[in-house]
Amino acid sequence: MIKPENQISIPTQVPVGPKFSIPLRFRDRRRLTILLTIIVLTYLTIITLPTMVPNQFKLGAALMSFAENIKIMFLQPHLANTTFVALLAALGQSILLAFLTTLIGSMLAFFFALASTRRLAPTWLVLGIQSVMAVIRAIPTVLWVLIYSVVFGLGANAAVIGITFHSVAYLTKVYADSMDELSPEIIETMQAMGLKKSAIIRQAVIPYMIPSYLSWTFIRFEINFADAIAVGAAAGAGGIGYQLFMSSSFYFNFHEVGVMVYLILAFALVLEIISYRLRTLTHQ
Amino acid sequence: MNSDVQQVNNFFNNKRFRLSVILVILGLAYLGASIGLGFQTRSLLNVQNGVIWLIQNFIPNEASKGYWNEIIKQLFRTFLVAVASTTCAAVASLFLSIIGAKTLTPAITISWVIRAFSSLLRNIPIVAWAMILLFSFKQNDLTGFLALFFMTLGFLTRAFMETIEDFGTEKIQALQATGATYLQVIFQGLLPEVAVALMSWVLYMIENNVRDATLVGLLTGTGIGFIFNLYFKSLRYGAAGLVVLSVIILVVAVELISNLIGRLLS
Repeated sequence: MIKPENQISIPTQVPVGPKFSIPLRFRDRRRLTILLTIIVLTYLTIITLPTMVPNQFKLGAALMSFAENIKIMFLQPHLANTTFVALLAALGQSILLAFLTTLIGSMLAFFFALASTRRLAPTWLVLGIQSVMAVIRAIPTVLWVLIYSVVFGLGANAAVIGITFHSVAYLTKVYADSMDELSPEIIETMQAMGLKKSAIIRQAVIPYMIPSYLSWTFIRFEINFADAIAVGAAAGAGGIGYQLFMSSSFYFNFHEVGVMVYLILAFALVLEIISYRLRTLTHQ
Repeated sequence: MNSDVQQVNNFFNNKRFRLSVILVILGLAYLGASIGLGFQTRSLLNVQNGVIWLIQNFIPNEASKGYWNEIIKQLFRTFLVAVASTTCAAVASLFLSIIGAKTLTPAITISWVIRAFSSLLRNIPIVAWAMILLFSFKQNDLTGFLALFFMTLGFLTRAFMETIEDFGTEKIQALQATGATYLQVIFQGLLPEVAVALMSWVLYMIENNVRDATLVGLLTGTGIGFIFNLYFKSLRYGAAGLVVLSVIILVVAVELISNLIGRLLS
């Protein structure tokens, strides 16, 4: 495989003492970027903070009332307008929503990712899919759900489609990124062996990406659960988010909000334990 | 030779069997979840209706140009609130994560307390934060700022803590062996080394918060989320389309800037 002209074209470098200029400039660039970013962020924050507090605003009273509400929420949770069983059902609905959207999203995103990885697809396709996905990702999930609730009517269909949209765009990007990490030599070797694309995908790409596929899908499940709650509250799509919205902005009952927050925290704890298990599994 | 072929066949058969079992389980789970939710699979095939509707109705028309000033103003406010909340949360969580990281903590109990605190902040849904704060702080930017702040504080404390713990104990011990004090270890050894990683987390959170600010605005009645809701519910779709367009531009711009900074840092 060694071509003679290649050998000639490589210029022989004469070492002339240690060169400090490149690493120094390199480090300076980093330091300068960090400093500049910090300065810009601090400046923006300092000019924003004073303008945020409106005139004649009693910060002390607001803080007191906030502390009081937090106390009511965490220390005296009890139900008034719904039953515990109804809440559990609502929580189950949110979990199902998160699960279903993750399932559909990860399936679709896998194929989009295959079509948008640099290793296997032509450049125009990669750029096309990635820019469409970037635009979809830029629109917040709630807006998607609101838009689809006009088309399909309020309910599960709009919520599922709306959250799925965002999941597909997010997962396509992270799956494609993890597929890009597969070294090109492996694919080249398999191509040299005369394997077809489908065989390369089945025997090299999929086994390589299974760990990152699992962990990213799980992360997306957590995000989707949070989104399912937010969508329930902001777009009236049902689930525990809707209950949360009702009891906090219609009944002003923070005792009830406390129960719901405890329920959500309990499920989040379960998720945290599972993710810890998954991490120790994939690290082995 | 024959047994080799059999082995290979067995291997592939096992693989196929496992794959089909997984597919059947996932299919059943899909069916169960869609029945439980009342989701109709055929609406998946009607996705294009939504996109067509979006294109037909959300194209900003002549009338919606009058809203442009208001939208730009609110968009800029939303961006500033997202940046301010992330920066404030980053400062607070840097402090918390240094005391809380297992490698640097003065006492392991403090580490556990901070860990539990950040997990609590992170897992209380942003809806609950927005609603509780709305009740006490009323309808203004401060409410959105605080809701984003608490959420980000929980997230960044956890992320910073993990980054600092990845720094390892060897370097800290080496520095201590040369006689460096606790503060010297942090400022001369730890921070310069992890600054790049911490900065990329902060940039990621700013991106995320710009998006979440829309949701928080929708719930608390401030910023870009509120005017979207206003235009959308009063059927001024052209103006709502303009809001969506401006959000897309903002988010993509923030993403590009943070990618640029990320490339300069690497």
